[in-house]
Amino acid sequence: MKEKVVIEAKGVNKYFYSPVKTQVLNDVTFQVKRGEFVSVMGKSGCGKSTLLYILSTMDTDYEGQLFLDNELVTGKHQNFLSQIRNKKIGFVFQFHYLLNEFSVLENVMIPGLKLNQRSREELEHIAMEKLKIFDMQDHAMKKANQLSGGQKQRVSIARSLMNDPLIIMGDEPTGNLDKKNSDIVFNIFKELAQEFHQTMLIVTHDQEFASGTDRIINMEDGRILKSEM
Amino acid sequence: MKFKLIIEIAFALMIARLKQTIVAATGVVFSITMFVALLGFMNGLNQLLDGLILNRTPHVRFYNEVKPNPNQPIDQAKDFKDFYNIIRSVKPAASRTSIYNSEALIKTLESDKRVLGISPKISVQVFFNVGNTDVSGIIDGIDVVEENRLFAFNDYVIAGNFMDLKNTSNSIILGKGAADRMMASIGDVIQATTSQGNRVQLKVVGYYQSGLGDLDNVQSYASINTAQKMLGESASYVTDMQVKLKDFNQAPVLAKEFREIFDIDADDIQTVNAQFETGTQIRTLISYMVGVTLLIVSGFGIYNILNMMIYEKMDTIAILKAIGFSGRDVNNIFITIAITIGIVGGSIGLIFGFLAGLGIEKIPFETEALPTVKTFPVDFNPKYYIIGGVFSLVTTYFAGFFPARKASGVDPVDIIRGK
Repeated sequence: MKEKVVIEAKGVNKYFYSPVKTQVLNDVTFQVKRGEFVSVMGKSGCGKSTLLYILSTMDTDYEGQLFLDNELVTGKHQNFLSQIRNKKIGFVFQFHYLLNEFSVLENVMIPGLKLNQRSREELEHIAMEKLKIFDMQDHAMKKANQLSGGQKQRVSIARSLMNDPLIIMGDEPTGNLDKKNSDIVFNIFKELAQEFHQTMLIVTHDQEFASGTDRIINMEDGRILKSEM
Repeated sequence: MKFKLIIEIAFALMIARLKQTIVAATGVVFSITMFVALLGFMNGLNQLLDGLILNRTPHVRFYNEVKPNPNQPIDQAKDFKDFYNIIRSVKPAASRTSIYNSEALIKTLESDKRVLGISPKISVQVFFNVGNTDVSGIIDGIDVVEENRLFAFNDYVIAGNFMDLKNTSNSIILGKGAADRMMASIGDVIQATTSQGNRVQLKVVGYYQSGLGDLDNVQSYASINTAQKMLGESASYVTDMQVKLKDFNQAPVLAKEFREIFDIDADDIQTVNAQFETGTQIRTLISYMVGVTLLIVSGFGIYNILNMMIYEKMDTIAILKAIGFSGRDVNNIFITIAITIGIVGGSIGLIFGFLAGLGIEKIPFETEALPTVKTFPVDFNPKYYIIGGVFSLVTTYFAGFFPARKASGVDPVDIIRGK
C-alpha cells in the first residue's frame, strides 16, 4: 500500500517564451508515493512553482509525461483535467485565495458541491468536520474576508481536504504568514501526514519547514539535484 | 444539482456587485419599456389610420361596370375568324348598372362559410338644390343595420341617431362638409335631384364625418329603400354588394370564384388598397428598428458591466478553476448572470411598458379628422410583449457570451503567479 505511486513526472521540460526562450524545467523526473510528505526546495526562480503548476494539471504547456494515480494525464482535455483537480488534487496557495462572496463553510463545501456525489446536508456535515480538524468550526458562518491570514490559510487547507484527495499540493503555504501562524499551519500538515497518512507535496523555501517532511527534493536551475533523491 | 451550484455562485457574484448589476438591469428595463410602449403606440396609430380606410372598405365588392362588350360581333363572324380585328371607339351599350340576379348572389354568399356578412348598397348621383345653385353629391343607399355591424357606420355619425335613417322614411344623413355648405341642420328638409331628373324631399337626421375631407363634402347616406324610391326602381335593385369576410386574406380567392360563377365584377381589398398595406409595413418596420436599436444599446451596457466584473473577479475565476471548475462551468456562471439580468430587467420592463401604454392611452388626442378618437390609441397586442421578452433574453445572452468566453479562457496559473 505504501509503495503505490500517486504522482509521477517523466522527463518534464518547460520553456518560457517571453521575452526570450528560456528553459525553466530540465528533464524533471520523480515520483511521490502514497502517504509521503514531500517538500520541494530551491532558490526563488529555480522552477519549483512552475513544476507544481504542471503537476496540478493547471499548466498544460510542457514536454514530457505526467501520471496521476498511474494514469497518463498529459494531453487530456481541459474538462477532464478539471474533474481530476476537483476529485484527486487539493491545492493550497500562498495567498489563501478564498472566495470572499461566500461564507467559510461554503468555501469549504464548494469542491464537494462541484463533485456532486453527496447531498448538501452531508456535505455541510463533512465540511464542518474538516473545519473542526483546524479548530475553525466557530468561524464557519463568517464571510471569508472577515478572517485573519492564518485563519484563511487553515480554511483553505480544509477546503483542499474536502473531497479526500489523493494528494495535496501546496505552493509556499506558509510563505505569507508570520512565525506563529506558520507554525500552526506546519503542525497541521504534520498532523495530516501522521494521523491521516495524507500524501502531500509542498513547495517551500523555508528550511525549517522542509526539514520536518519525509523527503526533500532540492531543485536548482530547473533540475532536481541528484544527490538529494 | 450541479446547475444549482452554478446559479448559486452566479447570484453570489451579482450580490457582491449589486449596484453594477442593478445598473445593467435598469438598462434592460428602460429599453424593454420603450420597446413595448413604442411598438404599442405606433401600432395603435397604425391601426387607427388603416382603420380609417380599411374598416369601411368591403373585403370584396361586387358590381356591374359600365363598359363595352369585349365580345364584339365581328369576332363571332366566321368570315373574319382568322383575322386580327381592330375596332376603334367602341361605346358601351345602355346596360344596367344593377346587379343581375342579386337575390341568388345574396343567398350563395350567405351560405358561404368564409363570409362574415353582406351589405347591399346603391350609389345615387344627385344634385342638392340649394337656392339657385346645385351642389353635386353622392347618396349611398345602405342597409343601415348591416352597414353598422360590418363597417361601424355609427362611429362616423357625429350628430343624430343613425337608426333614424331606417325608422324615418325619406331621411338622409349628410356628410359634414356637404351639410356645412348647405347650412342644413338636423330636422331640416332638403331637396335633391337625381341624374334621371327625379326630385325628392329628404329630411336630415344626422351628420356623417369620415375624417377624409373630400369624401365628407360629397358623401351622404340614405336607407336602401329611400334610394330605390329616388331612382324609381324595384326592391331588388342593388348596384353594389359589399362583403366582409372572416379572414380578409381570402378576399382575392373569393372574388375570383364569384367573378366566374356570377359573371360579375369583383374587387378585393388587397388589390384596391395595396398602398395602405405598404404604408403599414414601413411604419411597423421603423418602430421595430427603433426598438431593436434600444435593446442593442442596452446589450452593450450589459457587455461592459460583465467585462468589468470579470476583471474584478479574476481571482475568483482562478480559484474556481484551481479547485476543479471547468472552463464551461465558468462560462455558464457568467451566462447565468447575463440571462438573470435579462429576465429580471425584461420582466420589469414589460410591466413598465404596459403601464406606459396605459399612460399614453390616457393622453387626450382630439382632432377634427378623427371623430371617434378622444385619446391616443395604444395597441396592447401580446405579440409585442412576447417579442420584447424574447429579445431581451437574446440580447443579454449575446452581451454575456463574449465576456463569459473570456472568463472561461482565464488561465489560473497566470493569475496565481501574478500575485
